[in-house]
Amino acid sequence: MHVAHIFASGMGGIRTSGDLVAWMQLIKKMKIAEAKQYVAKTLGVELGDLTNEEAMRQLREDLGIGTITSVTGSPKGIRAKLKIADLLGITINSVELFKSQIGA
Amino acid sequence: MRDRIRTRMGDGELVFLSAEEVREDILAGTQDASQRAGIPELNSEESDQLFDIIAEPSRVVSVAPGEEIIVTDDGCSMSFYSGQDSGGVGISMNRMQAVLTYERACAADSTSMGHSDYSFKPVKPIINAEMNDYYTISLTTTAPFLYGAQPNMGLYFQPDGPHPNPANLLSQGKIKEAQEVQETAAEQLYQDLVFVGKKLDSIGCEGLNFDTAGSAGDADFRAALRAISDLKAAAPDMPIILGGSGEFVLGMHAEVTFNDKLLAGMYPHQQAKVAAAAGASIYGVAIGTNTNESIAWNIARAATFVKEAVAAVDIPVHVNVGMGVGGVPMMEAPPIDSVTRASKSLVQIGKADGL
Repeated sequence: MHVAHIFASGMGGIRTSGDLVAWMQLIKKMKIAEAKQYVAKTLGVELGDLTNEEAMRQLREDLGIGTITSVTGSPKGIRAKLKIADLLGITINSVELFKSQIGA
Repeated sequence: MRDRIRTRMGDGELVFLSAEEVREDILAGTQDASQRAGIPELNSEESDQLFDIIAEPSRVVSVAPGEEIIVTDDGCSMSFYSGQDSGGVGISMNRMQAVLTYERACAADSTSMGHSDYSFKPVKPIINAEMNDYYTISLTTTAPFLYGAQPNMGLYFQPDGPHPNPANLLSQGKIKEAQEVQETAAEQLYQDLVFVGKKLDSIGCEGLNFDTAGSAGDADFRAALRAISDLKAAAPDMPIILGGSGEFVLGMHAEVTFNDKLLAGMYPHQQAKVAAAAGASIYGVAIGTNTNESIAWNIARAATFVKEAVAAVDIPVHVNVGMGVGGVPMMEAPPIDSVTRASKSLVQIGKADGL
C-alpha cells in the first residue's frame, strides 16, 4: 500500500529529489510548493525536473548527494547527507553529530 | 453493468454504482464533513474533479507530472518484517535492511524505524537499544530517517499500566476521578515523550514522529503538544511530526486546554493550528473511513477536512492514508484502485503537502 502512494503521488525519494524536498519540509517547515521551488532554485533546475529521472540521476551523482543505484565509491548515507546539508543550507542533526566526531 | 462505475465501499467491498449514485455520495460526504466541522463543502468544480477520479476506468490512477508531493511514513519499513497484526508481510530481514530497502528499492521520500509495539512507553526501558540501532542505521540512510511511535496514553491505564482505567470510572459516573487519573497519566506520558525525544536527539535523530496522537483522548493529545513545545526548546534541530488519530479530538477528559484552547472536539483545521503553535514541523491529518459508505463518500469527506486544514496553517500538512483512514478502505489489504484514488484526490483536491 505504501508503494501505491509512492507511485501515485510521491516525488521519488533519492531516485529524483524527493528526499531533498522532504528535508525542506521537515527542517524549514516549508509547504510543498515553497519547498519544491527552493530545491529547484538551489539545484539550478526547472521545477518539472525535480521528478524527472533523466535530469536528476546524473545531477545527483555529479553533486555527490546519493543515487538510487549503487555507484561504487559514490557518496551515500552520512557522506551524502553532509553534502545535502551544505547544498541546501540546512542543519541536519545526524550530520552535525558526524561532523563533531570527525573533528570537522 | 457496462455503464456503471466499478468502485468500492469503505470496507473494500467491490460495488458497481451509477454515475448518479457516485455524485450523490460525493455530495453527501462533503456535506457530512462541512456540517460536522463548520467548514466549506467542496465546490462544484472540485466535486466534478473527484467524480472523474472515481469514475476513471483505469485500475491505478496518479497525480499529473509536477503535482507530486512528499510521502512520509509511520513505520512502513516495519511492514517488511512484521506480521499480519501490523500489516506486515513477514520477511526475515533486520531493521537496517528494511529501512534501506524502503529508501532504495521503493524510492521513498523519507524512511523511519520504530519499536514493534510502536508506542513510547515500551521504548523507554530499551531506549539504549533503540538509540544504538537508530545511530547505526542513520549512518547509511540518505533520505530523512525518522523515529516513530504513538503516545498511546491507553498503555498507562489498567490492565496495561498502573492507573485506574478512566473508561471504567466514567461508566461508574466518577467523572472527576476519571479526569484526575487522565491528568496523572498524561503527565507521565509527557515525561516519557520528552525523555525518549531527548535521548534520540543526543545521537543525531533526524526527526521524531508522534504518530496517532490523541488516541486516548484530549489529555493524550495535550501531552504530545506539551512534549513538542519542550523538545523544540531543548532540541531545536530535531524536526517533529505530529500525527492525529481522528477527525476530531475525543473528549475523554473534556476540559484540558493547550494555549487556552479547549482540545476536545477539535477538527483537523483546529488540530493543525495547535500543532503549529506547539512547534510541530508537519501535522498529519487523520480522518476515519466509514465502512458503510462508498469510497466516493469517504474521499469527498476526507478531502473536505484536508483542504481546510492545509489552508489553516503555514506548516506542511500530510494526510494519514493507511488502512481505514483518508478514504482508504478499512481492510488488511486495501485495494490499489481505491488507495490510488484516495492518494490522487487528497493531493489534487485537498491540496495536501504530503501523505
